[in-house]
Order: sequence, then C-alpha cells, then structure tokens
Amino acid sequence: MIRASAAARWGVPVGVIVALALAQFVLPDYHHTNLARIMVLATFAVGYNIAFGYTGLLSLGHAMFFAAGLYGAGMTAQFLHFPAATAFVVGVTGGLALAFIVGLIALRTTGVSFLIVTLMFAQAVYLTTLYLNNVTRGDEGFVLAPESRQLNLGGMALALSDPDVRYNCALLLFALCFLLSIFLLRSPIGRVLIAVRENEPRTQMLGYNTFGYKLLALTISGTLSGMSGAAYALLFAYVGSTFASTQFSIYPLLWVLLGGAGTLVGPLIGTALMFYLVDFSSGITSSYMIAVGIILVVLIIAFPKGIIGTLRHAWSGARP
Amino acid sequence: MSYGAYFLLAVLEGTVLAFVLAVTALGLSLVFGVMRVVNVAHGEFFMLGGVIAWWVSSTVGGMPLLGFVLALIVAPLFVGGIALVTDWLILRRIDYDPESTIVATIGLLYIIQEATLVLYGPEARSVEAPYYFRVQFPWFGYSGYKLIVAGISAALLLATWLVLTRTSLGLYMRATQYDQETAQAFGISVRRIYATVFALGAALAAIAGVLVVPIQQAHYLMGHDPLLLSFIVVIIGGLGSLGGTLVAAFVIGISDGVISVFFSPTLAKILATLLVALVLVFRPTGLFGAREP
Repeated sequence: MIRASAAARWGVPVGVIVALALAQFVLPDYHHTNLARIMVLATFAVGYNIAFGYTGLLSLGHAMFFAAGLYGAGMTAQFLHFPAATAFVVGVTGGLALAFIVGLIALRTTGVSFLIVTLMFAQAVYLTTLYLNNVTRGDEGFVLAPESRQLNLGGMALALSDPDVRYNCALLLFALCFLLSIFLLRSPIGRVLIAVRENEPRTQMLGYNTFGYKLLALTISGTLSGMSGAAYALLFAYVGSTFASTQFSIYPLLWVLLGGAGTLVGPLIGTALMFYLVDFSSGITSSYMIAVGIILVVLIIAFPKGIIGTLRHAWSGARP
Repeated sequence: MSYGAYFLLAVLEGTVLAFVLAVTALGLSLVFGVMRVVNVAHGEFFMLGGVIAWWVSSTVGGMPLLGFVLALIVAPLFVGGIALVTDWLILRRIDYDPESTIVATIGLLYIIQEATLVLYGPEARSVEAPYYFRVQFPWFGYSGYKLIVAGISAALLLATWLVLTRTSLGLYMRATQYDQETAQAFGISVRRIYATVFALGAALAAIAGVLVVPIQQAHYLMGHDPLLLSFIVVIIGGLGSLGGTLVAAFVIGISDGVISVFFSPTLAKILATLLVALVLVFRPTGLFGAREP
C-alpha cells in the first residue's frame, strides 16, 4: 500500500475540527445550540461506525450504551452529587462495562441473531429504566439541577449550561473521539477489523483471534457511545427513558448509513443532515418520523454506501 | 375472590392472548422460515388490521356482526396487498439480504405508523364486539367474545397447517424453505412463493389485529407489543419451526398472563427479553425447535 503524505492523511479530519471550532463565532444562537447537540450525537455515531461501518457488526442495541452513559452520569450527578467530571467518568465506565459484558455474550452469535440479541438486551435495559421509575421517573425523565453541572478546572468553575462552555465541551469531546477513531482505524488493529468485516473466516484462518478483535471493537464502540450519553446528560441536563428506546438504537444506524458506513466523516455528515431534516419536518408535521422511514428505505435500496461512500465511489471513477 | 379464582382468570386471559399471539407469530415465523428474512414491520400489519376493523365497523355502523365479518375479509386483503407492494418495491430490490431487509422494514415500520397517525389520528378507539354474552364461572363472569377469538384463531392455525401440508402451494413453500435452489430447478417460481408467503404472513397479522380490537382499543402504536412478543415466541420456539412457534406461543402467552396478573407486566417483559437473548446465544435452534442438520 502506498502511504499518503501526512497532509493528505490528516488534512480532512483536522480541517473538519477547525471548521467546527470556527463555526461558533459566526452561527446564530439557535444553530449554535443545535451544532453542540449534533457534535455530541455525532460522537455516538462515530462510536457506532467503529462497530458497524468498520467491523461489520450490525447492532440494534447501541441505545443501551448511550443510556448507560446518560444514566451513569445523570444519576450520580443528580442524586449522589458527584462533580461533573467524576459523573462523566462513571457514565463512560458504565458504557464500557456494559459493552464488554454484552459483547462477551452477544458476539457468540453473528448476523441476524446478533442483531436480535443486541435488540433484546437494549429492550431489557429500556424496560428496566421504566421499571425503576420511582428513581428514573421513566418516560418523563428528570432535569439535572444547575449546581451539578459545574466543571471545576484548577479552581475555576465553568457552568456547563453556558452556551460557549457547552459548545466547546462538545467540540472537545467530538474532536477527541473522532481523532481517536481515525487513529485506531489506521492502525494495524483497524486493518484487522476491516478484514473481519470483509471475510471473517479468512481472517480467522490467517491466525487472528477474530472474537477478541470484535469484542475490542464493540467495547470501544460502546465506550464512545457511553461518552456521548454522559456528555449529553451533563451538557443538556435531561435524562429520560426515550434515550434508551429502540428508536435511539436505530438513529445511529441511520446517521451512519446516511453519511456513509465505514467512512471517517460520514457519521458527522449523517448526524447533522438528519438532525436538521427532523428539525425541519417536525415544524411541518407531528409525524416527522415518516421522513426517517422513507430515508431508511431509499438509502438501503439505492445508496447503501451513503453520501460520502457514493461520492468517494464517483470520485475514484472506474478504479476499484 | 380467592387465589385460585385469580389464577384461573390469569390462565384464561393468557390462553386467549396465546391464541392471538400464535396467529401473529405464525405469520412472522412463516416469513422467516421460507424467506429467511426478519420482518420488523410485522407489528404494523397487526396494527393496520385493528385500524381497518375500526374503520369498517364505523362505516357499516350499528351492525357489529356484519362489520366484524367484513373486517375479517377486508383487512387481510388490504394488508396482504400492502405486503405484495412492499415485496415488489423494496425486498426484491435488495435481493432479500437479511440485514438490509431488517433496515428496510424498520423504515417501513415508521412509514406505516406515521401514515396511520396522519390518516387515523392519535386516539385509541374501541370496536364493538360482534356478540355479547357472558360465560358465568362460580367466581366471575367471562366475556364470551374472548372465547370466540380463541375459536377463530384455532381454526386459522388449523387452516394454515392444512395449506402447508395438504396443498401444492404448501408443498412449494416447504420445498423453497428446505432448499431454494433445488426448488427453483424443479420449476417452482421462488419469486412468486416469496411474494405469496410475505402477503400470507402479513394477512395473518392483520386478522389477529381484527380479532383483538374488540378486546383492546385500536391505536397507531398498538403494533409494538405484538411485534416484541412474536419475536420472543418465534425465537424461543425455534426460528422457522412452526410447531415450536405454537408451543412457545402458549408458554409465553400463559406465563405472560400469569406474571402480569400477579407481578408487574414490565417485569414479565424484562425477563422474557433476557430469556430470548440467552436462548439465541446458547440454543440458537430454540427451546422447542428441532435441531438443524
């Protein structure tokens, strides 16, 4: 393989992050808040892409990892009065641990069975958040108290409710996870993950422990999802069962499919487009989910490679 | 009321639920068995059946029996038609790829659900039962209509079984399930069988929806629970095994009834979903299914 120059390899990702950093100075308030939300959710999509796009693990249960982060951070901050940074760590650890355990069990299956097993585990987590509704308040959820949303940095207290702090926290989170995922996927480990996606038996035959690699991919994917959930709770102050529902397992799949599975920038593009599409159509009709349905069907029939994948294909022309 | 009477009521409720569940799950199981795809929009076909039953009965007005019989004819035809269009427009184009089909039918789920929300509205509406009579037990009276539901469901299950084992269509279906390529080599149009099975599965779900609306109200989100329960039944019974599906429908239906009466319905569902996940991992052929060769 010919190694591209450092500029070509890191130009696009660094450019994306710089553009996001500059956007906060020009965007009006409404879009400023939206973009912060999109960056947190895109982190979720980046995590999902590691499992689905690169390793070929089609999961329908990633909402449980997001929810582990969301509830882990939200509940410790709200009820145990953990400082925001500690609560965040608890949430991320929750996502990591859950992904590892679910991976140990679910990765014994493949294909459709894997999909259903992850769906069922996520459903069990969702139902548990409803069952414990005297703590979680179920569907209604709870709003985090402002005093639990303080970030203490060397004696300086930053209020996470402040739009600028929130934007830059979201940016930092997204940039870290984005670069981490690129680093991972360009490393030898990433090559093995792609090999597992393309042909698992052959990878196994070459002497790789494919179960171990899949477990690693799912755990990292779940950890990033947990980070996204924990950040969502702390930055946007709301924790509720909706975020654990099947719909929130389908969203990252949709974002990644729309942007382009197995592409680096795809998850961000897909999340941003879908966010504005839902935002726009919910202004017209209350049944905006119909847009989600139609896009899913059209994507899977006509553009299974998503936006970036289709563009890349057109770009490279006849070359394989 | 004594403990025993509560238990009898729970078992009775569970049995009626089990019959409806068996019909719904049979549709899902047929589609999975023959086509090897999972239809996530199956619950929406069930919901459409319920909504059509309401629409027919309110159009006919004042004649619940006529409305009921008409709905039993119109709903499966209409929903079967939607399934045929789906097969032609979507599934055929993605070549029945198992994973793509799941994503596409998730899309279909939202399309049907939201279209119903627009056309029918967010209200839950009840449909009048075709008959009113009570079966009097020493401890409580029981709605006779629920027993009719059980009867019609049993007849449908029997009819499906007869079609599968005694007709040439059933033979083609079983041949396609067993070995698609050999079936094609023997001149069976696999494409047509796929379309037929998909429509048949959808029609079964629609009939279950018609049967259930005099008991529970018609609502655009009513497809969610039957989908989940059918999933559970089909997996516990063994993917693609019809006999297993029936046994599992009764086990799940009755135990769901009992756990829901004595404990919490949410707890019953948590236990059932975890059971399904573990069964799929450790006994992929299901608890009652035959071992695959």
